[in-house]
Amino acid sequence: MKITIGGVVKGGTSLAYKTGSWRDQRPLIDLDLCKACGICEEVCPDNSVYAEDEIYYIDYEYCKGCGLCAHECPVDAIEMVLEEK
Amino acid sequence: MLEQTMSNVKVVEGSEAVALAVKGCRPEVISAYPISPQTHIVEWLARMMANGEMDTEYVRVESEFSAASVISGSSAAGSRSYTASSSQGLLLMTEVLYCSAGMRLPFVITGVNRALSAPITIQIDHQDTISLRDSGVIQFYVESSQEVYDTHIAAFKIAEDPQILLPVMVCMDGWILTHSYERINFIEQEKIDSFLPPFRPANFLDVNNPKAWGSYSEENVLMEFKYSVQQAMQYGKKRITEIFAELARITGRDHGGLIEAYRTEDAEVILLAMGSVVGTIKEAVDELRSIGKKVGLVKIRCYRPFPHEDIWEAIKAAKVVAVMDANFSMGSEGALGMDLKSKLCGMRDTPLVFDFIAGLGGREINVKTVRRIVEKAEEMLNKGLPLSESYWVDLNPEILP
Ligand code: SF4
Ligand code: SF4
Repeated sequence: MKITIGGVVKGGTSLAYKTGSWRDQRPLIDLDLCKACGICEEVCPDNSVYAEDEIYYIDYEYCKGCGLCAHECPVDAIEMVLEEK
Repeated sequence: MLEQTMSNVKVVEGSEAVALAVKGCRPEVISAYPISPQTHIVEWLARMMANGEMDTEYVRVESEFSAASVISGSSAAGSRSYTASSSQGLLLMTEVLYCSAGMRLPFVITGVNRALSAPITIQIDHQDTISLRDSGVIQFYVESSQEVYDTHIAAFKIAEDPQILLPVMVCMDGWILTHSYERINFIEQEKIDSFLPPFRPANFLDVNNPKAWGSYSEENVLMEFKYSVQQAMQYGKKRITEIFAELARITGRDHGGLIEAYRTEDAEVILLAMGSVVGTIKEAVDELRSIGKKVGLVKIRCYRPFPHEDIWEAIKAAKVVAVMDANFSMGSEGALGMDLKSKLCGMRDTPLVFDFIAGLGGREINVKTVRRIVEKAEEMLNKGLPLSESYWVDLNPEILP
């Protein structure tokens, strides 16, 4: 693959960059505690939290394990656990 | 010779000459923040816009960082873009300028030279623009307002060359050029338009065809990206020379190529300098020549890319090169001196190079100063003094703490 002048690439290529490989802490949502407020989805810097029918999930392909979601969750529904690979 | 009509000759302020050159290049976006001694340039442009003479978006911002960011964005969107700044303002732009060069955004900046704080001053030297020399921005330095006018018109064409695509900074000494009046020959608009066609880059931001600039890169490609900027700089030397020559054919005014060699044939002592001080040096060279001294001058027009091949051709037969640096790299020496020495190192039978620090913070350089520099260079040549430290011209040791 050749580089381009100025590194100009097609839009949306960040999808190809799987930041999930960076993670050493894995966020786990306790759906019994979760109030579906959506704060975790808002604060995630990698757009790795998504909701389907008010149920919140984490996309581990991209979650880099920063812990922001766990820190910001108002009901402490997210726990960060050591990533094991 | 080209015929001169009175209608394209006018006495104007240097800042107005810049503004008229920029206007002639039909920029689509201008964003700037005022700072002395750059302010008149953007005031002239704002006035022209207010009078309906220009079809340009003028974005007022709260800082130079934003000014540079706005024109990076507009340049990526495919619009010919321009800004101007000075001193601390250029420093505040620095982060954006490195990014813009890496993203290969071809806007033009006027770098109005002024010293850097502290202590604060509005007097001139080249420390501000020299501190940007590693950024990937092409840098020209000019001697006169006529040259600054012509160089801005060439600058857009050079920046937008598809093999170059780099920001171009035209550096001009504050006050001495920006605020003095000079007789300027202007180029007719049709001639500018045929020399500089509209900016139509292959890549531009487009919602219908999304592209990204400045994506993340890692150890497998970053070196190649940096090297490709250096390749553009190297290619630029040839292309800049061609574009200057093309403009000279249109205007009938030849300011030289990457350098101007002035009375260097058979010269034993050659002064190397850039900026408005060059006019004074030419005067001194003429005086010294008239009393039989073999003295010449190399004026650097293009500082980045550094034209060492052309300099070498001009200096190779000399005994000594006296470099005049209006800047200083703290803990080392002047930038021009370092550049020249690094390129001569390892070559055979090179002239000696002495680095003179002159004109910092507006310290006057007149014909006598230049003559003292030549005398000092000859003295050091005869004594064979070591070369490692710069000589600070007219330094007053009495007032040192
Ligand atoms: S740990 Fe960080 S990256 Fe992962 S889901 Fe939470 S906020 Fe997003
Ligand atoms: S921040 Fe906590 S409570 Fe709110 S949606 Fe996320 S996990 Fe549920």
